[in-house]
Amino acid sequence: MSQEKCLGCQEVTEEDLLLQLDGILDDYVGKPGGLIPALQIAQKLFGYLPKSAIKLISKKLSIAYSEVTGVISFYSFFSTVPRGKYMVRVCLGTACYVRGGKEVLSSLQKELEIGVGGTTGDGLFSLDIGRCFGACGLAPVLMVNDDIHQRVKAEKVKELIEFYRDLELTKIKEKAG
Amino acid sequence: MISLTINNLKIEVPEGTTLLEAAKKIGVNIPTLCNFEGREAIGACRVCVVEVEGARTLVASCATPVSEGMKVYTNSKRVRDARKTVVELLLSEHNGECKTCDRNNDCELQSLAYQMGIEEIGLIGETARQHIDKTTPALIRDNGKCIKCRRCVAACNEIQSVGALFPQGRGFDSVIGPAFMLDLDTVACVQCGQCVAVCPVGAITERSHIDDVWKALDDPNKLVVVQTAPAIRAALGECFGYEPGTLVTGKMVTALRQLGFDKVFDTNFAADLTIIEEGTELLVRLKEKIVEGKKVALPQFTSCSPGWINFTEYFYPEYLDNLSSCKSPQQMFGALAKSYYAEMMCKDIDEIVVVSIMPCTAKKYECQRDEMNSSGIQDVDYVLTTRELGKMIKQAGIDFKSLPDSKMDSPLGLSSGAADIFANTGGVMEAAIRTVYEIVTGRELPTENLHIDAIMGLDGVKRASLKIEGTLPEWSFLEGVELKAGVAHGLGNSRKIFQAIENGEEFHFIEVMTCPGGCIGGGGQPRHTDDSVRLKRIAAIYAEDEGKQLRKSHENPDIQRLYERFLGKPLSETSHHLLHTHYHQKPVC
Ligand code: SF4
Ligand code: SF4
Ligand code: SF4
Ligand code: FES
Repeated sequence: MSQEKCLGCQEVTEEDLLLQLDGILDDYVGKPGGLIPALQIAQKLFGYLPKSAIKLISKKLSIAYSEVTGVISFYSFFSTVPRGKYMVRVCLGTACYVRGGKEVLSSLQKELEIGVGGTTGDGLFSLDIGRCFGACGLAPVLMVNDDIHQRVKAEKVKELIEFYRDLELTKIKEKAG
Repeated sequence: MISLTINNLKIEVPEGTTLLEAAKKIGVNIPTLCNFEGREAIGACRVCVVEVEGARTLVASCATPVSEGMKVYTNSKRVRDARKTVVELLLSEHNGECKTCDRNNDCELQSLAYQMGIEEIGLIGETARQHIDKTTPALIRDNGKCIKCRRCVAACNEIQSVGALFPQGRGFDSVIGPAFMLDLDTVACVQCGQCVAVCPVGAITERSHIDDVWKALDDPNKLVVVQTAPAIRAALGECFGYEPGTLVTGKMVTALRQLGFDKVFDTNFAADLTIIEEGTELLVRLKEKIVEGKKVALPQFTSCSPGWINFTEYFYPEYLDNLSSCKSPQQMFGALAKSYYAEMMCKDIDEIVVVSIMPCTAKKYECQRDEMNSSGIQDVDYVLTTRELGKMIKQAGIDFKSLPDSKMDSPLGLSSGAADIFANTGGVMEAAIRTVYEIVTGRELPTENLHIDAIMGLDGVKRASLKIEGTLPEWSFLEGVELKAGVAHGLGNSRKIFQAIENGEEFHFIEVMTCPGGCIGGGGQPRHTDDSVRLKRIAAIYAEDEGKQLRKSHENPDIQRLYERFLGKPLSETSHHLLHTHYHQKPVC
């Protein structure tokens, strides 16, 4: 009998996840249209799409590696770099753009020391550009995960980021009891 | 049948014909860019638009089937204006300089611009970002010139089933290329150059060796010998305006001499040698299996086509033992030129430069493989494609059409008709059977004209079986055996053969050529190659074969002399050292 491993209380390694993915992919082998669901599953499992997972998918589904990455790059939903715990999206729609969105973005880049599409070294924040969030009247707008922040000023960005950093610290402290 | 009119001319065509095809039938040419034989139309470029009476908008003729009573106009003002705009748009984002481009004078976009009478590009847009990828031995890719027609994607994926090139990303920033927009050396690419052959512009080209060859020719201390692959003589003429399928063997030899090559030899000579070595290898494998009951890898696969070798190393490593250990004719030639011939001429091997003229880009890769240094240094120094040779002849100011014929030099220049047919699909197999059958039975292959009809022509996968009867005593173990041959061309078709083997079908010998049609349709041949061109070149090759007295490899007197004086016998130690090789698995990504 194969030994069921409890993954709840220990660090899950990439190998464990690959093994898991390998098992799940069995259901998609030889099925047309299986690529997108397979990529979604892998992204959910890893939080992003590491090369190892892409290679595994390419091999198991017999779809060329370049074709798989072509599909991945077509959908902004997929990410090939690890995503931070907090996804920061700055709207650069026309209204936000003219009302300082661009400055907000550059001060975020400075504060987080990452570029668009990047993730901070501590894995807390990822930065991306968003399309219109439908709140043009309150531009410029940015989103942190599901929270919308309106009329953001470039000078206030530091404060905002500090808020999430503190939030995270509190959570860790709570966990430690 | 459907009847319609095109430019008021009546025409009847079968249902399902596209407007583009119908127009071609009555001599009306419609320009195209993204259209590609063998792939369903994607209707992306819109250069082929035509006007259909009653339709609101112009339609893409490559993607529109005919329908009853249609009235089509291919040259109205509306059509001309629309096409002109499309080409102007393409030019406005095109990042290339015709004057210095490899495709200058041989570019579909450039000639469309000329045809449309575009004298100025009114639209100014952002140009494509240039990134030049020089990471592989055979190919150069330049994204700035890519018009995203995706012909290369169809060639690489649908025809070759390699899948190195795909659209990456979306919108204006998308590129056609390997995974993650990285360079070609980060993915499995077999270097076949089918992408190069179909690209309408200068976005993918072969890595040129022209300058290196001029340098060697200009060096008085070098003896520069050239070998020409079987497929060149049936295609080189196209570079000079001859019809496809015009044989120019004699003019080609004269041109090579005028370019300054010291000796003009023939890869065909080495093709004859390949038949002796590879045929013997097959017989040994069969004997080991049938008589000695050994576990040997059968069927044996041909190994002349470096793209196919790459393909097996990447995708079917479990079959590496099935590949014949014979080097390709190009590499056999190189090894002999820098051993047998060098000794004969009392030359040091580094005084000899070996140049190959090949229909193939993968040969540029092959000559740089680690195993291809049997003489002590790189056996083949430079490889020119047919197109590159055409360019050099023009650079030298040689009037090709007015050249007299001349003959190849000895002792590496004489070849049989069996060697000629190495150029096309089915040819290596036929050449091998001509010799193997005669070795085993002592009689000539009893087929009409020495041909094996079942493996001729352009079907993707072909099969033939031949009952062996009346064997000589030494080969009595083959008495009554049905020799089963399989032939595939275009790597996608080779997968079908692998599938058949895995389904339990029995084969003894399998020929695979990387490119559709075989070498005559190689990635280094004059553009543009479609099936009609392939068939013409193949017909020329068979004519060359049939025109010779000498039709069988083992009857080539210079090959017999080579064995007497130098190699000893087939599969001898010297043969193994110089003419055979080994393969290794490669990671796919
Ligand atoms: S690809 Fe064609 S149009 Fe572009 S620079 Fe080269 S020759 Fe000119
Ligand atoms: S050389 Fe062949 S395998 Fe490589 S990208 Fe071009 S078509 Fe694909
Ligand atoms: S590289 Fe050439 S064939 Fe491929 S999409 Fe670009 S222009 Fe078309
Ligand atoms: S050739 Fe018809 S749309 Fe490109």
